[in-house]
Amino acid sequence: MVLISYIKLVYSYIVIFLGEVAMLAGETLLSIARGRIRPRLVLYQIAEIGYRSQLVVVVTGAFTGAVFTAQAYFQFASLNMETAVGSVVAVSMFRELGPVLAGVMVAGRVGAAMSAEIGTMKVTQQIDALRALAVSPVDYLVVPRSIAMFISMPFLVAESVGCGILASYYVGVKVLNISGVYFLANTQKWVDSSDIVMALVKGFFFAGIIVFISCREGLNAKGGAVGVGRATTYTVVNCSLAILIVNFFLTMALNIIFPAG
Amino acid sequence: MTTTPLIQVKNLVQKIGAQEILRGLSLDIIEGETLVLLGKSGGGKSVFLRHLIGLMHPISGSILFEGMDVTKLNERELEPVRRHIGMLFQDGALFDSMNVFDNVAFPLRERGEKKPAVIREKVAQALAMVNMTGHDHKMPVNLSGGMRKRVALARVIISPPAVILYDEPTAGLDPIVSDSINKLIRHLQKELHVTSIVVTHDMVSCNHIADRIALLSEGRIYFIGTPEELRRTTDPTIRDFVDGRSGETIY
Repeated sequence: MVLISYIKLVYSYIVIFLGEVAMLAGETLLSIARGRIRPRLVLYQIAEIGYRSQLVVVVTGAFTGAVFTAQAYFQFASLNMETAVGSVVAVSMFRELGPVLAGVMVAGRVGAAMSAEIGTMKVTQQIDALRALAVSPVDYLVVPRSIAMFISMPFLVAESVGCGILASYYVGVKVLNISGVYFLANTQKWVDSSDIVMALVKGFFFAGIIVFISCREGLNAKGGAVGVGRATTYTVVNCSLAILIVNFFLTMALNIIFPAG
Repeated sequence: MTTTPLIQVKNLVQKIGAQEILRGLSLDIIEGETLVLLGKSGGGKSVFLRHLIGLMHPISGSILFEGMDVTKLNERELEPVRRHIGMLFQDGALFDSMNVFDNVAFPLRERGEKKPAVIREKVAQALAMVNMTGHDHKMPVNLSGGMRKRVALARVIISPPAVILYDEPTAGLDPIVSDSINKLIRHLQKELHVTSIVVTHDMVSCNHIADRIALLSEGRIYFIGTPEELRRTTDPTIRDFVDGRSGETIY
């Protein structure tokens, strides 16, 4: 009985969580469609989300590419297949690692900051003050962050992938002495535009996951500093889990549209 | 002053958790008056104010403002109502990412005012009314509690609404600033015919500004009348509150 009631509790939490995130997304898209956009706030958020997240995603992408290259080389070298390392790393970076790692890192850096900022506004009655001044918190807080996130995230994913492949080339060719010509030839042979589209599409979906979960957690924060801390933790955990779960389904769906190889 | 009820509250019921905060509260607020709402701490006064502006929705009951039932409106439908009803929050609720000038200018900018000269002039006027001239560039974190409250009041009155809800406007202020806030509430009523609903525990302020006083007890309006009627009453519940007697006999 205890187990059943626990399952019911978890089930109802998930349903409520998904419902609230979907409603916030719907309300935000409706506001955007009605033109309730504040360009100055959008530009400010692009700087906050896009410009200031570059270091994190570049370092993450570069070192993932580098370490993946080293590991692949150690395995492939025994089969005399080391020239295939470049293509394996590039395809992996485009299709999986670049978007997922950029998504998780942005969720940690930007999503946490978003939910902490909005959560603090909630517990200090600033959200109520916005509402009392006839300004919708969705229009003022969520819309600029959403637009900025949807614009920034594909670029961040592209940077992460690009730096991963460059680092892979450097480690593979300059450090591990793989033939540069074969490395590039194989990479060009196996990577095509569908891989790039897949990376950008995933980045776009992850942008939505991060911004709507973060804003939902912030807007639902209650109970002072403890509540804000809890909202921030839930944001990072829920965003990371959602990115990993959605990534699986996106991979399956996008592989039907853009088959690998 | 007319006797037309501007706001009619009927049988408002609200629960927070298991506790019934409002138990069928009914009240008429007359256009142009200053109504002071008294009551014990945690008795539901602030909760009642939040219902008037649609920040909370009751379990049952209605609030009629200009023919509309505020309790039935959604967030978008409430926006025009909120342009006519301003609220001063207990701690000011200033936007901590903006300085004093931008906080006060916020309602003007949001209502489409683009000319910097007009915004500057109106902000200066509003800040002068609350004795905050010269603090334009300070951030809320660098202001005292009283200063924050005065800036918040400037933000409310920069485009004066028909109704202003004050949640403890003089709490935490020194007597001189409290007096200036009381005078400002009176000034807004006389010059701009603003209807005010003031939640306070400050009996000095209450006697200074009130046209009528309502006492909230057990989730209902226990007493409503003029300050003179309140002074004359012999009802022990009201007298205990007005005279500040707890009834405890420890010493």
